[in-house]
Amino acid sequence: MIEVKNISKSFGDQLIVDNISTVFEGGKTNLIIGQSGSGKTVLMKCCIGLYDVDSGEVDFHGRRFSNLPDKKRKHIRQEMGVLFQGGALFDSLNVEENIMFPLNMFTRMSLEEKKERVNFVLENVNLVNTNNKYPAELSGGMIKRVAIARAISLMPKYLFADEPNSGLDPKTAERIDQLLSSLTKKFNMTTVINTHDMNSVLQIGEKICFISQGKLCWEGTKETILKTEKKELNDFVFATELTRRIKR
Amino acid sequence: MKILYQIGEYVIIVLQAFKRPDKGFVFRRQLLYDFKRLGVDSISIISIISLFIGAIIAIQMAYNIDSPFIAKSIIGFSTRQMLVLEISPTIICLILAGKVGSRIASEIGTMRITEQIDALRVMGVNPPNYLILPKITAAMIYFPVLIVFSIFLGILGGWIMGSITGLIPSADYILGIRSWFDPFTLTYAMIKTVVFAFIITSVSAYKGYTVKGGSVEVGQASTEAIVVSSILIIFSDLILTQLLLT
Repeated sequence: MIEVKNISKSFGDQLIVDNISTVFEGGKTNLIIGQSGSGKTVLMKCCIGLYDVDSGEVDFHGRRFSNLPDKKRKHIRQEMGVLFQGGALFDSLNVEENIMFPLNMFTRMSLEEKKERVNFVLENVNLVNTNNKYPAELSGGMIKRVAIARAISLMPKYLFADEPNSGLDPKTAERIDQLLSSLTKKFNMTTVINTHDMNSVLQIGEKICFISQGKLCWEGTKETILKTEKKELNDFVFATELTRRIKR
Repeated sequence: MKILYQIGEYVIIVLQAFKRPDKGFVFRRQLLYDFKRLGVDSISIISIISLFIGAIIAIQMAYNIDSPFIAKSIIGFSTRQMLVLEISPTIICLILAGKVGSRIASEIGTMRITEQIDALRVMGVNPPNYLILPKITAAMIYFPVLIVFSIFLGILGGWIMGSITGLIPSADYILGIRSWFDPFTLTYAMIKTVVFAFIITSVSAYKGYTVKGGSVEVGQASTEAIVVSSILIIFSDLILTQLLLT
């Protein structure tokens, strides 16, 4: 469980995240949704400690994380897996070395154990026989899957994903969504996903937080999102002609 | 104010880089990788430039010292002195600032804009320590080797050119390069090289590490890395020369 308590973050005079409080529940796929520029990514970067918050705090299972020196955050960071929008794979390392990287840095596993773990996580993301390929040789969907494999290689308690299916075709995007959802259940992780893709919302959103102009406007589930009367949320959910037609 | 902010930021990043690596074998692997990329990969350009510079210096010396009252061996002596004292350590390091500096700045800058550095941070890795320390260490160890190699090739270039053109008799040239050798000049060259290696790698890494934006900014950071490193090399050359040779 991750508790976000009254977080605010601004850049210069611009308030990007405005006093947001919520709880990301353990063992569930938690989604942060909102339009581009609504503050989703900044909120996530505050949660994972890439940005220091101006006020408020983030607790991981009751352990304070925000605004601590990097040394004190290290332990919680090792329980955290992060999937960045572009994958953020290390270009100079191949798939196996990318996934092995956190294992090299934070475990005392033998080479055989590490290779076993690499193959295990690659099987979990449905990628086999790609160990020796470099990021430049992979498709967008494969990069995302390798990045997920790297993120879960240390068997994290918390998984963060920033727009995991952006730039992917609908079928691959759905596969990535299903993969994240099934991994969340399988490894009982607290998963937090930033997205503005309504397909993801309706398929895997066990808890959904809607953010508009830096404020948390609505919280609910995929079952309740279509029935809300909240205007900003309706404008977001039924933004396209197709969704409006389905609603009618 | 901006310059003070940048100096402060540079010092913080360099101090973060000089912390004890989390895993020794990961550091050693990165170090070997950087030996190859920053050092071994520069051998060919250093060889070509050093050979030609040595040859050119020897011809110019022969042209300037065209007097029956001055021994021809002075040409060899002057060529050696110029190569050891200034040409190899300074000019070759300026060339390395362009080659190695732009490579470091663009590599780290690209890692920054593609969130690879953020990925390192959220994993709990100290990015300057992982990315910058091996580069600084590799350059400070390998550049002196390159410079000794450059001095040797420069002297060889002068000898080849003198022999081919007949401007300098081989025996006179060899006598010249063996005359009045003060070992401290080599120490001075090595001290300068180590300082320049630190400047090139740390400044370029800083420029890459602090990139904000996209590919245009990475290119800009790469150019700035070369310009700032070159200015600092010349400036520190003056200070070191004043301190060590007077």
